[in-house]
Amino acid sequence: MSESFQLDGEDIPYTPGQTVLQAALSAGRYIPHLCYHPEFKPHGSCKVCTVKIASGKSQRTAASCTLPAQPGLEIESDSDEMNELRRTLVQMLFAEGNHFCPSCEKSGNCALQALGSDLGVMTAGFRHFYPDRPVDASHPDILLDFNRCILCELCVRASCEVDEKCVFALSGRGITKHLVVNAASGQLADTDIALIDKAMQVCPVGVILTKRVGFAEPIGERRYDQRPISAQALDDAPRAATGKGRCTSCEE
Amino acid sequence: MPQSKLSPIELERILARHAHDPTRLLQILREIQEDLGWIAPEIIDSLAEHLHLPRARIEGVIGFYSFLHTQPVGQYRLLFSDNITDRMLGNQDLLAYLCNKLWVERGQVSADGLVSVDATSCTGLCDQGPALLANGWAIPRLTRERLDQIAELVLSKLPVPQWPRELFAIDDNIRRADILLANTPQPGAALRAAMQRGDGLAALEEIKQSNLRGRGGAGFTTGLKWEACRNATAEPRYVVCNADEGEPGTFKDRVLLSSQADLLFEGMTICAYAIDARHGFLYLRGEYRYLLEPLNAVLERRRAANLLGADILGRTGFDFDIEIHVGAGAYVCGEESALIESLEGNRGIPRNRPPYPVTHGYLQKPTTVNNVETFCAAALVALNGGAWYRAIGTAKSAGTKILSVSGDCARPGIYEYPFGVTVRQVLEDCGAENTLAVQISGPSGVCIAADEFGRRIAFEDLATAGAFMVFDTSRDMFEVARNFAHFFAHESCGFCTPCRVGTAMLKATMDKIAAGHGTQYDLREIDKLNRILHQSAHCGLGHTACNPTLDTLKRFRPTYERRLKSLDFEPAFDLDGALAEARRMTGRDDAGAHLSTEGKS
Repeated sequence: MSESFQLDGEDIPYTPGQTVLQAALSAGRYIPHLCYHPEFKPHGSCKVCTVKIASGKSQRTAASCTLPAQPGLEIESDSDEMNELRRTLVQMLFAEGNHFCPSCEKSGNCALQALGSDLGVMTAGFRHFYPDRPVDASHPDILLDFNRCILCELCVRASCEVDEKCVFALSGRGITKHLVVNAASGQLADTDIALIDKAMQVCPVGVILTKRVGFAEPIGERRYDQRPISAQALDDAPRAATGKGRCTSCEE
Repeated sequence: MPQSKLSPIELERILARHAHDPTRLLQILREIQEDLGWIAPEIIDSLAEHLHLPRARIEGVIGFYSFLHTQPVGQYRLLFSDNITDRMLGNQDLLAYLCNKLWVERGQVSADGLVSVDATSCTGLCDQGPALLANGWAIPRLTRERLDQIAELVLSKLPVPQWPRELFAIDDNIRRADILLANTPQPGAALRAAMQRGDGLAALEEIKQSNLRGRGGAGFTTGLKWEACRNATAEPRYVVCNADEGEPGTFKDRVLLSSQADLLFEGMTICAYAIDARHGFLYLRGEYRYLLEPLNAVLERRRAANLLGADILGRTGFDFDIEIHVGAGAYVCGEESALIESLEGNRGIPRNRPPYPVTHGYLQKPTTVNNVETFCAAALVALNGGAWYRAIGTAKSAGTKILSVSGDCARPGIYEYPFGVTVRQVLEDCGAENTLAVQISGPSGVCIAADEFGRRIAFEDLATAGAFMVFDTSRDMFEVARNFAHFFAHESCGFCTPCRVGTAMLKATMDKIAAGHGTQYDLREIDKLNRILHQSAHCGLGHTACNPTLDTLKRFRPTYERRLKSLDFEPAFDLDGALAEARRMTGRDDAGAHLSTEGKS
């Protein structure tokens, strides 16, 4: 018999080693999340998947993607308080970068946009930072638009662990934290990235883009136009990890 | 042009010293930075090749630490400590004075590439500030006269190591000594006592008996930490001393490192004995770089006395040695798991926990991380017994606490008290008058006002890592909180959304209020940010980042309110200000060239 914990009053079975988010998704229960990707080790940086944990009289909060599943945990996720927190975190990410959905070719395929829509984020909420982040158009087939980076580290991980190229890394700290490219010139053209790389497929937002196909798939027929991210995430859940090695450039 | 190359021999010498080990990346970078003044692209290429690391990964590590640079920052880099206590002693005027003197703009490198002047987070010299770092070497007690001298030395291009030694003289300022500071046992005495008492388990029992709790701020019971590490099955185990004393206003570890290094290393060795570890690290904050050689000399002496090395004190198989790693300007590395990341040569990002360092620490092996003061106390426990130690202090807080007293008082410096001392007593002893507030345990601690001065320094009341900053009635507590908001934004590691974005937002809101554009809406916004950070930040830095603002708002609300506009809301974007350029270009400044907002005449 497998062990279980409680999520919003329902029993969720899990296998040892799973985190709360992983177990919930495998059981067909959605917890909103953003930087988590089913094929990679949970990062725990966006904090959108934060849940409340009751144990005895005390309550605490934690990111469910990195919280080890344990018997007897009582998790509160789908509550006004937690969803309000998530909306605010999404607003913070929108305020931090330059996210102009109407002109972004990732619109409809963007997890940040889809999450905002699904959570009911209706306003900006905060003063926007409008950072100055030049794009990298050096590569003949790939565009990097850093304006939309949410620092989830998925491209870093995919490029190191799956592609074994380590094309990306994170530098700086605090609000100046940013993605860097593995070349003396700092330009993508001087790396060995290829269109078929895993790193090309994992960006949840519109940073890593293939040139000349931006609108091949019409607006209205895209991933999150068809189904909300809450439904889509459950379809994506039960995938095996594809990473082979250690991520030399990752933070965690 | 700045020098951008090390001779291949020099580079090889540095790499060889670190065995071409990529986990030594930060130490390698720090040494190159010290030799060249920056880390040139060619060097990064060489390191990538020699250490088999992606160059972007190396760039990422450099980009994380304030004292490492991928651009030249001048032959001389002068960084003014910018804690609120430095500000109260006039560091802003002095910084402007020096910039003027050297014909350089703050934050810019002079046109000839000679010098740059900027500010840095608290350098731990609050009792003898204002202070600065000259190419990493600490200079206290700045005055215009001393800055004239420094400017002359810079212009004469004399290398910093050849500057007059008296510039770098740093005082211990021990004002009240108790068991830790008044006793200097013979090196080896505590270790011998522990070994005579019995095996490692007996040493551990003694620590548990003492009820010693960690002095870094969190107050975890030391005996339980050691026991969990001892019981962890993986090998090898590590002992790590956290000497990354970055909390603004704290400088007691600096004094312990300079005057009680033997006691500290003895405590670490006793820990190794108790948990069965062979390797130890002292992680020394970059600001205390000047202590590296003296500390290494103490280690050398202890090796010669068989207090470190193989078969310590003749006990076959008791092998232990300590290596010093130097940080490079990152407050967050004081968090133990971030410190371990930094020891491994990475960006200092706090880890996801569990697992904890006692089972998965340095290189994922069991690791005990304790503060400098904790190890010193552990040595005294070994020497005099757990029962002796437990009898000092209060029922829940055994032993003494060293306070770093700075700010508005006649006698700033180091004060060691048995736990349980009242804030009022400390204020009296340090000669503080007309005290308005005391910031206990630094920005991440708590700010208390006069009606709370009867409270006690103890884990059960005011837990503290040691900072005790005094503010008298001439001070503006809003400016204190604003300084701390800037500090947290600067030191956020940027890993999690709430802290990365939230600390930057708090800083912007405090600046908006300071500029006279704040409203009630902004005060509510601060409350909201605090809630978000408490609920979702990755580590203690984020959890506590709003504390100084909330504490001062609660206790000194009028200092905020008198800055607020009467409006309920004002956009942060200044519409009228944005038209200034247009007015300049058209040469107009009449009423029609200005915007007026609704509700504003």
